[in-house]
Amino acid sequence: MKTIDASNMHYRDLNAVVDAESLKEKNLIIKNVYGQRYIGRGLSCGIKMSVYGVAGNDMASYMNGAELEVFGNAQDALGNTMNGGKVVVHGNAGDTLGYAMRGGQIYVEGNVGYRVGIHMKEYNDMKPIIVVGGKAGDFLGEYMAGGVILVLGLNLDKDEDIIGRFCATGMHGGVIYLREKQDPYKFGKEASKVKLEDSDISFLKKQIGVYSKEFNKDLKHININSFSKYLAINKNPYANMYCVY
Amino acid sequence: MLKEGQVRIPSGCAISGIIDTKGNRFSGQEIIKSIDLMHERSNGLGGGFAAYGIYPQYKDLYALHIFYDNSEIKMKTESFLAEHFDIENAGNIPTRPVPGVVNKPLMWRYFVHPRTYMAREEFIDEDEFTARYLIRINKEYKGAYVFSSGKNMGAFKGVGYPGDIGRFFMLETYDAYMWTAHGRFPTNTPGWWGGAHPFTMLNWSVVHNGEISSYDANRRFVEMFGYKCTLQTDTEVITYLFDLLVRKHGMPIEKAIKVIVAPFWDDIERENKEIKIELKAMRTVYSSALINGPFSIILGYEKGMIALNDRIKLRSLVAARKDSKIYVASEESAIKIICNNPDKVWSPKGGEPVIALLEEGAQQ
Repeated sequence: MKTIDASNMHYRDLNAVVDAESLKEKNLIIKNVYGQRYIGRGLSCGIKMSVYGVAGNDMASYMNGAELEVFGNAQDALGNTMNGGKVVVHGNAGDTLGYAMRGGQIYVEGNVGYRVGIHMKEYNDMKPIIVVGGKAGDFLGEYMAGGVILVLGLNLDKDEDIIGRFCATGMHGGVIYLREKQDPYKFGKEASKVKLEDSDISFLKKQIGVYSKEFNKDLKHININSFSKYLAINKNPYANMYCVY
Repeated sequence: MLKEGQVRIPSGCAISGIIDTKGNRFSGQEIIKSIDLMHERSNGLGGGFAAYGIYPQYKDLYALHIFYDNSEIKMKTESFLAEHFDIENAGNIPTRPVPGVVNKPLMWRYFVHPRTYMAREEFIDEDEFTARYLIRINKEYKGAYVFSSGKNMGAFKGVGYPGDIGRFFMLETYDAYMWTAHGRFPTNTPGWWGGAHPFTMLNWSVVHNGEISSYDANRRFVEMFGYKCTLQTDTEVITYLFDLLVRKHGMPIEKAIKVIVAPFWDDIERENKEIKIELKAMRTVYSSALINGPFSIILGYEKGMIALNDRIKLRSLVAARKDSKIYVASEESAIKIICNNPDKVWSPKGGEPVIALLEEGAQQ
């Protein structure tokens, strides 16, 4: 266990220290983080890191198997092009969370910003998962090509919506699960609501179990059957875009 | 220096703002610390601050901050000023040498009152008179730039990193009830002293992260009403739009916001009949005042500050509250570094303003 004090450190210096320490030590703690960028970028399997403070932009970008736990809020672009591993945020996260994410899991206890899961993708067993405890902003799953986004809508005020507008705009792959049925006007033209299958139920049960364990919350009251599932209407909408007929 | 069209540097900017809604004044130290934290968002080609409540001893006079390229243009401009304004006090704006802030122009400050009989002869009020003659300086006096002209407020800006610009202008020696700040990473236009944010007009000031794709439509619109965009960047047009809508057309600020970030047509369709008619009328009459493109801005005026995103939130913006203070910034960390334990932190939706005004009866 190695503790790093990030007070007044430039992000380059902080990340250089993390790089050096992660060669010797598998468990790292970073304290007093104030917006330093790229924490955990490219970090590989076997390393566990706890981050205290406000995690800066592009945390866990290109991360390759490490496990990060954030005690506080995370800023924008958490998990940018993340390849594998797990991030748990005990707080909220900003815009473009999971941007072009290719693998691994991100669990956010509270709310997330705009364009979460934009351009997420999957390939064979590489299947990224984003689980959001609260609500998400506009453009959730924009241009989504693979993976799973699950929004639980916990602890929302009456005037708060679980998603914003333009959800799943340009979606052509992957799955979005949202608690309760949502107004159709909030969605882009490229996704539609489909029936929950048995495999969906068991997936949701498993992920809600992970969430309640990570954040120590009792979620037995959640009715799994109340979730709605959204899929892309067309798997390959642009295949003919540049073809000459 | 490479001018617009000869150079392009892609990236973002940083903005930050603090107001004490009870009107308590505090020094520039906090805002410098906040904007300094977002160092990565600027590139040293511009930084600036707006401070409200800093000149209580001259609160009924217009405080003019002017950049001059040389003393010749200063003399010419001053004789024009003296012709149209009573100058109560004048002096250079105090600065201290700071590494990284170089090539400073001449910087002068004047506390003035318009010549009342001249305004009367033109059948305009003092604000309009002041605005018109200052626009003429920026337009006709090459090498002179009025960069601040409100009452009991001032803009401080230049080429450098924002923290350095704050230390250069010794902002820790001023007390304001509201501060806004900007770190610049110029994208399409040159980095020069007049082009740094904030952009002001009378009491209005705007700091802005983003770019306005509707710029030319907006520019043509405000120039029909006597404004002149002279500062080689898109942000100034936002300032003039608010000045036009609120001061000249007498629109309440909430409605002006609905013009600038007008709701989408299909969202308007879902409103009730009364609201629908009003929103449609506003979008139709003021179609050229709609700002499009990615932006987050902080607008300051004598009543307080308003933080605003474009409608689809293409730039980041976070807000927080602690007791009577409201904070807004591009990044949450820039708030937490000066207010570690806020009562509330939230991310405003696209097009949803954070309206942080002085309380009724707050001292200014």
